[in-house]
Amino acid sequence: MAEEQKKLFKVTIDNITIEVEPGTSILNAARKIGGDIVPPAMCYYTRLKGSGGKCRTCLVEVAAGSTADPRPMPKLVASCRTNVMDGMVVKNITSDKVIDARNGIVEFLLINHPLDCPICDQAGECHLQDLSYEHGLEGTRYEFPRRIFEKHDLGPYIQLHMTRCILCFRCVYVADQLTEKREHGILDRGDHSEIATYIKKSLDHDFIGNVIDVCPVGALTDRTFRFKNRVWFTKPVDAHRECNNPKCCGKVTLWYRGEEVFRVTARKDQWGEVDDWICNECRFEKKLTSDWVIEGPTMVNRHSVIAQGHYVGVEKPQEVLYDVLDGRKPRLFMDIHKISEVNEPGRDLSKIEGPAHSTDFVEHKNK
Amino acid sequence: MGRKLLLEKAAVEGIRSYEVYRREGGYLSVEKALKNMTPDQVTDEVKKSGLRGRGGAGFPTGLKWSFIAKPEGIPRHLVCNADESEPGTFKDRYLMEFLPHLLIEGLIVSSYALGSNTTYVYIRGEYAWILEILEQAIAEAKNNGWLGKNILGSGFDCEIYMHRGAGAYICGEETALIESLEGKRGNPRIKPPFPAVKGAWDRPTVVNNVETLAAIVPIINMGAEEYAKIGVGKSTGTKLISACGNINKPGVYEIDMTISVEEFIYGEEYCGGIPGGKRLKACIPGGSSVPILPANLLLKTAKGETRIMNYESLSDGGFAKGSMMGSGGFIVFDEDQCVVRHTLTLARFYHHESCGQCSPCREGTGWMEKILKNIEYGKGKHSDIDLLWDIQRKIEGNTICPLGDAAAWPVAAAIRHFRDEFEWHVNNPVECQQHNYGLAHYADALEPA
Ligand SMILES: Cc1cc2nc3c(=O)[nH]c(=O)nc-3n(C[C@H](O)[C@H](O)[C@H](O)COP(=O)(O)O)c2cc1C
Ligand code: SF4
Ligand code: SF4
Ligand code: FES
Repeated sequence: MAEEQKKLFKVTIDNITIEVEPGTSILNAARKIGGDIVPPAMCYYTRLKGSGGKCRTCLVEVAAGSTADPRPMPKLVASCRTNVMDGMVVKNITSDKVIDARNGIVEFLLINHPLDCPICDQAGECHLQDLSYEHGLEGTRYEFPRRIFEKHDLGPYIQLHMTRCILCFRCVYVADQLTEKREHGILDRGDHSEIATYIKKSLDHDFIGNVIDVCPVGALTDRTFRFKNRVWFTKPVDAHRECNNPKCCGKVTLWYRGEEVFRVTARKDQWGEVDDWICNECRFEKKLTSDWVIEGPTMVNRHSVIAQGHYVGVEKPQEVLYDVLDGRKPRLFMDIHKISEVNEPGRDLSKIEGPAHSTDFVEHKNK
Repeated sequence: MGRKLLLEKAAVEGIRSYEVYRREGGYLSVEKALKNMTPDQVTDEVKKSGLRGRGGAGFPTGLKWSFIAKPEGIPRHLVCNADESEPGTFKDRYLMEFLPHLLIEGLIVSSYALGSNTTYVYIRGEYAWILEILEQAIAEAKNNGWLGKNILGSGFDCEIYMHRGAGAYICGEETALIESLEGKRGNPRIKPPFPAVKGAWDRPTVVNNVETLAAIVPIINMGAEEYAKIGVGKSTGTKLISACGNINKPGVYEIDMTISVEEFIYGEEYCGGIPGGKRLKACIPGGSSVPILPANLLLKTAKGETRIMNYESLSDGGFAKGSMMGSGGFIVFDEDQCVVRHTLTLARFYHHESCGQCSPCREGTGWMEKILKNIEYGKGKHSDIDLLWDIQRKIEGNTICPLGDAAAWPVAAAIRHFRDEFEWHVNNPVECQQHNYGLAHYADALEPA
């Protein structure tokens, strides 16, 4: 049977045009392009149905709705929950409005955050750290006591540090969608909402350990790893095993320091999202090299200080600078010709004999 | 003298009971609609009447109804929004308390137009006694054949169920209301999909305000054309205004939308002026979420025209120099009121009522409250005023539901129009706790633009 050719939608994000299937979100279209123009996403999670729309870090400007209706959208939209239309024009880092709003969101996320990175296990692979590094202010404008909650041990494996939580709802969706027993995980409302302790009930579940992986911050941490090491001292290695649990993929990342496996996590893609869920046994009970078949070093994703190291397979962003330069203020790059007399474009350096001297250029200028 | 369409019979002895209501001409619109009109004809009448939603946004009701999806074999629902929790707004309460059958009548006709066989009334938790009044009215209507199977032999079935909220303002937002109705946490949904396509239990759903649905009754009875003749422009029919604050006669008034704001405040027929002969300082004309206006921008627009109590005139000048009709909660401030204190009160409310789903509203509302508290209690700094402005700006438009905007607007408007009063609080930390800034120049005539 001949497959009918599906009409693809053309969407332009920060001056880069790409074709995607209808039903693709702006965020996923941007992820297809890759690089700097991908909006940060703190609450959306591909594998969790219904997630997204809450943190508002992924807001983008829609400069033209579609070819059929090219009007701009009046408000910024959450790119994770807005689908592309044919001919849509989206501005992310090329929009001052977006950057301004995003700076605001990051500030909101941080005002009640304890900023205890030095003693937080998530440090080094924390999305909030990345985000504040890119968008945060140097100091805080918040002059009030921060919100504090007691720590809770949610069973033998997981600790909840509600104080660090950004209420992205991801763990709630994990508990909803991977376990059968419960509906909600958030009590109370507003800025006193908290992940409810009755989450305990579902903590016996084989798959609940996955809440640790989805948590973008250090609110849910692995008690078997807590304080044992900093992630940037550990070395990630892909491995698998035959897991008896039919729902577990058995494919993991082992985090080594020397010969010792310090922790086991699911494998994450370059957006920091897990490829597939793993069971508690694989995560918490199998910490010997002999438990696993080693595949090789992990491709390190961009959401990690480990990417600053020297492991093979480091992924660099696609070279998109030239495409997006139009209208955008580059953060690091500058036009060298504008600030230095030395590298004048009119001067062909290869024609100069021996080492170049500034006098070579003065001459050139006076000609 | 304004014409009354909704509250005309409110004072009739015993009107709460079915017998009296029926004797006074009740349920005639149901007879007219179910016997002589198709559902689409009813929708068309509502469209022609120009009726705009009375819940706050003022969206044309007929248009909203025409958006409802009609997939084969899937039930549709009408949900009446009786969650009325906006500070300053208490018109639905009056209507339901005194004329319960008017709402039931409107609900039946509207359900017929929308094809809703199961209709819900989501009522504010604190309105417990009204729940009983409405349940009694539903039972009476049912006993008299206005509800149930095959109403008036038309083949149309309809049941109305009451659902009591648990005391959350956010459950008045239509998608949060639907979540709550489904038995879930009242978090607003991310739109699209809109309720008209996927609402309660993923079925097409229309959510309408109590007053909107009650207004269907006179529209069907008198015909859309007659109804549209009342009022001006896109503000047709009558509107209930709940007036409170520093006025002689607080209460619920039915106005036709042609009277001036001045007449409404000072007219004997309406609020009856300000007690003690004090002067008007400011007013929130449409419920706590809409921008506050100083007296000089309230009575006259920036263009110098008389401001009228209707949708267009109240919003004349945009947010910089106008306000909104909103939900019709009219709050009047005399010369002795403190705008900073009042803004703090509202900020506290929105902080308390934020559902906490999205970061700007969850974190920003609390932050604004804390800063306002500092300013009000003489601990503020000048930079705090700019900071407040920046925070509200970063909340507005960036949230899931309009509660974020509703929290930002009052702060923005207060700073925009009363900045000197905020500054006075900062400069006079002791005095600001002993007495108020007063009237200043807020009542002086504006320079012609
Ligand atoms: C935070 C919030 C609270 C609201 N509360 C109410 C309410 O109590 N009653 C109401 O009728 N509409 C309320 N609304 C408006 C509803 O979302 C919706 O627009 C309205 O019920 C539609 O009815 P209408 O078209 O008849 O005006 C609220 C909206 C928001 C954002
Ligand atoms: S605990 Fe983590 S995953 Fe759960 S809501 Fe908070 S930040 Fe999100
Ligand atoms: S704007 Fe406020 S009330 Fe509305 S969804 Fe966001 S947090 Fe909840
Ligand atoms: S990722 Fe889109 S709103 Fe959080």
